[in-house]
Amino acid sequence: MEKSLNWREFIITRLIKASGYSAILFVALIFFFLVREGLPTLGEVELKSLTGTRWYPIEDYFGILPLITGSLIITIGAGLIAVPFGIGTAVYISEIAPRWVREILKPLVELLGGLPSVVLGFLGILVLSPFLRVFLDLPTGLTALAGSILLGAISVPTVVSVAEDALDSVPRSYREGAWALGATRWQTIWRVTLPAARSGVLTAVMLGVGRSIGETMTVMMVTGNAPVLAVKLGSIFSPVRTMTATIAAEMGEVANGSTHYHVLFFIGMVLFLISLAVNIAASSVVFRARKRAERILS
Amino acid sequence: MKREIILLLIFSIVIVSCGTSSSSNNSNSPAAYIENKGSDTIVNLALAWAERYQGDHPDVRISVTGGGSGTGIASLINGTVGIANASRQIKSEEIEQAKSNGVEPVEHIIARDAIAVVVNPNNPVRELTLQQISDIYSGEITNWKEVGGDDRPIVRLSRETNSGTHVYFLETVLRLNSKEDKTLFSTDTLLLPSSEGIIAEVRQNPNAIGYDGLGYVPHDLIMISIAEEAGGAYVLPSVATVNDKTYPIARDLYMYTNGAPEGVIKEYLDWILSLEAQMIVEELGFVPVN
Repeated sequence: MEKSLNWREFIITRLIKASGYSAILFVALIFFFLVREGLPTLGEVELKSLTGTRWYPIEDYFGILPLITGSLIITIGAGLIAVPFGIGTAVYISEIAPRWVREILKPLVELLGGLPSVVLGFLGILVLSPFLRVFLDLPTGLTALAGSILLGAISVPTVVSVAEDALDSVPRSYREGAWALGATRWQTIWRVTLPAARSGVLTAVMLGVGRSIGETMTVMMVTGNAPVLAVKLGSIFSPVRTMTATIAAEMGEVANGSTHYHVLFFIGMVLFLISLAVNIAASSVVFRARKRAERILS
Repeated sequence: MKREIILLLIFSIVIVSCGTSSSSNNSNSPAAYIENKGSDTIVNLALAWAERYQGDHPDVRISVTGGGSGTGIASLINGTVGIANASRQIKSEEIEQAKSNGVEPVEHIIARDAIAVVVNPNNPVRELTLQQISDIYSGEITNWKEVGGDDRPIVRLSRETNSGTHVYFLETVLRLNSKEDKTLFSTDTLLLPSSEGIIAEVRQNPNAIGYDGLGYVPHDLIMISIAEEAGGAYVLPSVATVNDKTYPIARDLYMYTNGAPEGVIKEYLDWILSLEAQMIVEELGFVPVN
C-alpha cells in the first residue's frame, strides 16, 4: 500500500513539474519559430523601407511604423478606459457593495469577460461607430477611438476579476486597523487596502493591457484598418491599422516563404517583444514593491 | 479491470468502423476525375459548382484549387489540370508556350465579374467618371463638393489588399488599365475585411464611398453610374449593361481546356452554362453570362 502511494506521488509530482516546465518550453519554441520565419525579413527588406510610413504589401511597401503606432494608440486608449473603470469596479465589489449586490455583480462581470470578441465587433460596427460619427461629428466612426472603447470593454472583466481577488486577499485586520485609527472608508481604500494589494492590482492592469494589445477580431472590424501613421493626439479620432489585424487579414492569402510572409512574422516578433517588455516592466515593479514592503515590515 | 475491458472494446469498435468506412470508400471510387485550378477570384464559384455537380453526379470527382490565374494556366500548359480558371484572358506568350508543349488552350467564358461603386442614399452624387473615382481613391479629391456633392469629407472604403476585387479595382480604376501608372490607394483608405463591413458603413455614413461585386450590393444603397471618359455616357451597372460591355468596370471570367472539351469535362462545362449553374453565379455576387 505504502509503496504504491510513493509510486503515485512520484508520478504526480513529475507530471506537475513537467507541465510547469512545458510553459517555458512552449514560449521558447514559439519565439524560436517566430524568429526563424521572421528574421529573413532583415535580409529581404531594407531597414529604411521597413521603418517607412507606407504599408502596402502587394506593391512591396513594407513600412511597419503605422502598424506599431496603430497598436500602441489603441492599447493606450483602451488602458485609459479599462484601468480606472476596472479598478473602480473591483474596489466597489470588494470593499463597498453589500453582499447581495456583490453576488450579482461578480458573475455578471465574468459573463462580460466571456463575450466573444466578434460579437463586440458587431456591436461596434452597427451601434458604436455610427454613434461616434454623429456624436463627435467625425467623417467616419471606424476609428482608433471605437477600437479603444471596445478593447477597454473587453479588458475590464480581466482587470476586475484579478484586482478583486487581490483586494479580497488583503487581511481584514488591515482595514480594521485603519478604521480604528479613525480613517474614513475612502482613506482606508486609498491608503491601506489598495497599496496592500498593489502587486495583484498591477498584475490585473498588465493582464488587461496584454489582453487589449493582442486582441484581433474586434479591432479588425471597427478601426477601419487604414495604415495611417498615428502620432498626433488627434489620431485617436482617425482610422488606424493594428499589427494584429494586419497579420490576421493578410496571413490567409500570403504565399508561403515570400517576403510578405516573412514580414508578417516579423510583425509577430515585434508584437511578442512588446508584450514581453510590458511583462518584464510589470514584474520588476511588483518585485521592487515587494522588497520595499518586506523592508518596512522587518 | 472491468472498465479497461470496456475501453478496449470501444477502442476496437472505433478502429474497426474506421477500417470499414475507408474500404467502402475505395469500393465505389469515382469513374471520372477533374482537376480544376486557377484564379482566386473564381475559386469560390468553382467550389460551389463542383459541390453541386458532385451531388448530382456521384461518379464524378472534381478537385478545385486556387493559386491565381497564372498558376492555373501554367498547370494547363504542363498538362496537370483538366480545366484552368482565369480572371484574365490567356496571354499570347502563354499560348505559344502551350503550343510548344502540345497543348491547345480553348477559352470558355463562364461568368462575368462587375464592380459597383456605392454611396449612401443621402449623398446626392449619382454619376462619376472613372478618372474622378481614381482621383477620389488616390486622395486627389477629398471633398464631395469637388464632384458635385455636398460639402462633406470623403471616406474611402476598400476591400483588404488580399482580395481579388481590390487588385482588380486598383488596376482598372485607380490606374485606369495603364501598366506604367503606379498610383496607390490613399493611405487613409479604410481597408475592410468583408463585403459586409463595406455595406454596413456605406449604409449609415453619408460621407462614404465604397465598391463591391455587383451581386453583393443591397437595394438600399445607391450605385453610381460611371462614364469611361469625361463627356461620355454614364452607365448604371446591371446584368444587361455588363453583358453588352457598356459598363466599364467589368470583366469576363474564363475557364480554359486543352482542345475542345470531351467526355466528363464537356458535360461539366455544358452544365456550368446551364440555368442551374448560372443561378449559383448570381448567388455568389457575379454576373451570369446569359
